[in-house]
Amino acid sequence: MATEELQKVFDDKIAEEIRIEPKDWMPDDYRKTLIRQISQHAHSEIVGMLPEANWITRAPSLRRKATLLAKVQDEAGHGLYLYSAAETMGITREEMVDQLLSGKAKYSSIFNYPTLTWADIGAIGWLVDGAAIMNQVPLCRASYGPYARAMVRICKEESFHQRQGFEILLTLCKGSKEQKEMAQDALNRWWWPSLMMFGPNDDTSPHTAQSMKWKIKRFSNDELRQKFVDVCNEQADILGITIPDDKLVWNEKRQHYDFGEINWNEFFNVIKGNGPCNKERLAARVSAHENGEWVREAALAYARKKAPKSPSGEFESFRN
Amino acid sequence: MNNEEPLWEVFIRSKQGLDHKHVGSLHAADAQTAIENARDVYTRRMEGVSIWVVESKNIHSSNPDEAASLYDPANDKIYRHPTFYNLPDELKHM
Repeated sequence: MATEELQKVFDDKIAEEIRIEPKDWMPDDYRKTLIRQISQHAHSEIVGMLPEANWITRAPSLRRKATLLAKVQDEAGHGLYLYSAAETMGITREEMVDQLLSGKAKYSSIFNYPTLTWADIGAIGWLVDGAAIMNQVPLCRASYGPYARAMVRICKEESFHQRQGFEILLTLCKGSKEQKEMAQDALNRWWWPSLMMFGPNDDTSPHTAQSMKWKIKRFSNDELRQKFVDVCNEQADILGITIPDDKLVWNEKRQHYDFGEINWNEFFNVIKGNGPCNKERLAARVSAHENGEWVREAALAYARKKAPKSPSGEFESFRN
Repeated sequence: MNNEEPLWEVFIRSKQGLDHKHVGSLHAADAQTAIENARDVYTRRMEGVSIWVVESKNIHSSNPDEAASLYDPANDKIYRHPTFYNLPDELKHM
């Protein structure tokens, strides 16, 4: 088929909400956009384990430690689902890992902020996972099949993350004066970076229009950010702490909350690598990768040694 | 020598009596590690009672560009469906 014909088949599928699958023809830019988006998303899940892992050994109870461990393990799983989805588009796992470790690939800028107190673990669950869910639920209907299926799985698992975070903050807010102040301080530090997670404003977002045409994205950055602000305000009231924005006020006419201007200089500065923890996060990933080298080598050597004797290993065929 | 761990496709039986269903893929050095990784990645919430892993290179698939001709023989054989046959309404239990 000629390219124009293939393009038409592709466009018709998008128009009719028929998912694109790995072996289907797709425009190069669609492939490039998705590889970039899915791999960045995967990197974010993997780097996102670091700020939380910081508190596993210091969780205040066994219950909190067990749930935080389970959450961090989920993030690793989410990274793997997404790397696998990206691999169906023809990029290898090694290439993606190289892009992350060399600093070429981006990940969500939120993970370049430090987790200074236990309340930060609560704020991450409530706000960071909350913002992620807001972004991810519409991605379950993304036009690329493997990505949409990975997102369905991720969204199912993500809701416990947000609830455990809110429970941490609720417990602190019902506690001593110092504990409540700790929760307020965490909200103060995490609020604005969480709003930045939705990306630049629509009029300055380079990829949004095309991604919406391709039905990768279903809502614009500003639409999702507004939804997030609207739900968070009521949730902060339940906690009894205050969102750090004096311009935050209900707009009867718009039926939405108005809110203050995001510090976009800070956003772009963190993306460029100058956030509080960029270097630390990347160094931790590089070190994990290098220190795991011998394990990967040993596993492959063992597999090769065993391979010639019985190609299927020690497992019985499923028909037996 | 290629140092990338091979890719495996993972199939999970969610409960006895149901088919194994494709759930995703992962990298592992050998079948045993692939099954153990699949357990950790795909059954953290009791999603399965049995796991199959198949090295991805061993899966062959049809070409979607040839779908029209590949499935063409089925299109004009509607007499394979029970609704093709004209039978009286009075006829019961059939």
